[in-house]
Amino acid sequence: MTDASINPAVPKRHGSLMSADARTAKRNAAEKRFQMYGMAAIGAGLFFLVVLIGAILSSGIGAFQQTFITVPVYLDEAKLDKKGNRDPAEMAKVSTFGYNPLIQKAVLAAVEEAGIETPLKKSKNMKALLSASAAAQVRDVVLANPDMVGQTVEFRMLASSRVDGYLKGRVQREDVARDKNIDAEHLDLTDALREAGIVSKGFNAGFIFGADASESRPEQAGLGVSMLGSFFMMIVVLVLSLPIGVAASIYLEEFAPQNRWTDLIEVNIANLAAVPSIVFGILGLAVFIQFAHLPQSAPLVGGLVLTLMTLPTIIISTRASLKAVPPSIRDAALGIGASKMQATFHHVLPLAMPGILTGTIIGLAQALGETAPLLLIGMVGYIATNVPDGIAAGFLSPNSAMPAQIYEWAKRADPAYYERAWGGIIILLVFLLTMNLIAIILRRRFERRW
Amino acid sequence: MNIKLTASALAIAAVATSAAARDNVQVAGSSTVLPYASIVAEAFGENFDFPTPVVESGGSSAGLKRFCQGVGEEHTDVANASRAIREKEIKACAENGVTDIIEVRIGYDGIVFASQFDGPSYTAFTQSDIFNALAPKVMVDGQLVDNPYTKWSDFNADLPAEEILAFIPGTKHGTREVFEEKVIAAGCEATGAMEAMIASGMSEDDAEDACLEVRSDGRSVDIDGDYTETLASIDANANAIGVFGLAFYENNTDKLKVATMAGVEPTTESIAAGDYPVSRPLYFYIKKAHIGVIPGLKEYAEFFVADEIAGPDGPLAEYGLVSDPELEKVQAIVGDEVTMGEGM
Repeated sequence: MTDASINPAVPKRHGSLMSADARTAKRNAAEKRFQMYGMAAIGAGLFFLVVLIGAILSSGIGAFQQTFITVPVYLDEAKLDKKGNRDPAEMAKVSTFGYNPLIQKAVLAAVEEAGIETPLKKSKNMKALLSASAAAQVRDVVLANPDMVGQTVEFRMLASSRVDGYLKGRVQREDVARDKNIDAEHLDLTDALREAGIVSKGFNAGFIFGADASESRPEQAGLGVSMLGSFFMMIVVLVLSLPIGVAASIYLEEFAPQNRWTDLIEVNIANLAAVPSIVFGILGLAVFIQFAHLPQSAPLVGGLVLTLMTLPTIIISTRASLKAVPPSIRDAALGIGASKMQATFHHVLPLAMPGILTGTIIGLAQALGETAPLLLIGMVGYIATNVPDGIAAGFLSPNSAMPAQIYEWAKRADPAYYERAWGGIIILLVFLLTMNLIAIILRRRFERRW
Repeated sequence: MNIKLTASALAIAAVATSAAARDNVQVAGSSTVLPYASIVAEAFGENFDFPTPVVESGGSSAGLKRFCQGVGEEHTDVANASRAIREKEIKACAENGVTDIIEVRIGYDGIVFASQFDGPSYTAFTQSDIFNALAPKVMVDGQLVDNPYTKWSDFNADLPAEEILAFIPGTKHGTREVFEEKVIAAGCEATGAMEAMIASGMSEDDAEDACLEVRSDGRSVDIDGDYTETLASIDANANAIGVFGLAFYENNTDKLKVATMAGVEPTTESIAAGDYPVSRPLYFYIKKAHIGVIPGLKEYAEFFVADEIAGPDGPLAEYGLVSDPELEKVQAIVGDEVTMGEGM
């Protein structure tokens, strides 16, 4: 009150401190509103996340289950080993086409034994139930164990993708009239066989560990081999980009003089981090394949290309964590007579290590999910079919990578592949989440703050 | 930049010496042939001691371009194509030393026009309908004018009164060429547009080229990706029609309904009989210089055209390929390694 009497130009306050005046109320309201906007933004983000994860899980979870047909198959000597000498080299002349009739007969026999009424009375009719992979499966077992010929052996074989789709609800009864791969009678038979326990759904280990399959048998396709491809690529990326990236950052941060050249290099590194990844793919095609004559589709080349992509990320994060180490540590080390290199390697680098590792892991996770550059170096297609036989083959023989395999599946005609693509996304996400989790744990446990 | 170059140089130095000999067949090319090639490659890997061949897609032109880049392990052995190789490509091949090429015809494929299953009733088209809908210039009352049509019913009362929207294969696809030749060009002739163009002073060649153009006002959309992309576009546009391969359609009958072309329904039988007008042969091309160098190449080619694979009861026919009635001749070509220009 005394203020007012000294300076009459200041308007007198109205009301009490307990009730806000109009301007304060307005400011408070603005702040409330802003908080609401923030919460709405977070809410929207969460909503999209839930929708995304829900869509991925609901579309992809089916890929982890697969339908199998379990029947005893009589391995007829007259068909599989005409000479009767059980020589695998001789028996290999019978191709998978020779095995198909035996398996179809076995399924028909099982149908009859279970007493199922069906208009499908020929063994050829059973073909639509079975995956084309069944013959190869039986043939592999027989060639590995020639003595089995002449016996009746029980096999657990994959059902065809249409039967599998029917049990998963993907193939609808009203649609099969126009589908030449299966008809309503086969669906009836499937229902009956399921009750008899011959057709059953089970966990699909083949999806996680298996190889890619052709267009006509999506039920057999798996992500395993392309996972190995990704694994070998990541090894290349780690082995090359970590030492190169760390060495470059240490030099730039601790030793390099500040001049135009280092400025130029810094700007270039920052720019490289923003270059679209497909550009590295074209570069890889030109340099590694066409100039250096490295093999096409090899994880080694994929790894080299992804190294180029990951390097800037690692350099930037390494420099940031080196910068975060307080200068007093360097000064103290230098002050008691350490050389610059000793100060860096004995004191600064260990303190920066958690940050460097975190940056590396995040860079690797980014590289793991990258598809675009792989398109250009021939890693997309029907490629991930052979499990590499050894370390060298793992780097050099053609292979795909997880995201490339998912992209390839999403392109294929059979709707069963669509489900596989979503399933593949689930596996890829699990890998990425695990890597990010490791990065977070490392940071939490070892990071020091000043 | 310095760092990147260092990385490349190190990497090259580290592995250039150890680039091992390739022991698997490498195939690239048409995405239409890819399903068939992958089925064959899979069965080949199962039944032979060779590793499963690697099959990449990317389109006929892209595949042939890579095929023609040279002879040697780093180049592909086989190019899949949904059209015959062009003179220009043979020349490009020859310039890079790829001279002895074996052409193998594996069978026929139908191209179908399909739309959303629950969409408007596009059930019967003729080549003229498609031309009228998609050409930049059409015949109206005997005059060649800029395409005025916005609805299908504008030029054919039997078609639904829906906005014209078509998803057609992009120019890098071999399918585009067949679509142009067998549908657009045929429609151009049938509607008299070609005659009118020649009458207006164009040379015959120019008129033929002009016939193949499609309108650029957004009613005809090029799809450069695969049929799945066309399917997704059809899914999102109830009034649209799309161009598909017969095999793709047969795998997605729950979502698509097919239209007849000039009154003939596309089936393997009608294509084999030659009744369905829009079909084309599918090929693959082998570098003869690689036979004997890349293990399994000849065996793969022979296996591909064997009766049990490419025959009428084989897995390829099951997937949607119309098997070649002259398969024996093709088998002989592969068996004797007859290059193009030698026996043909």
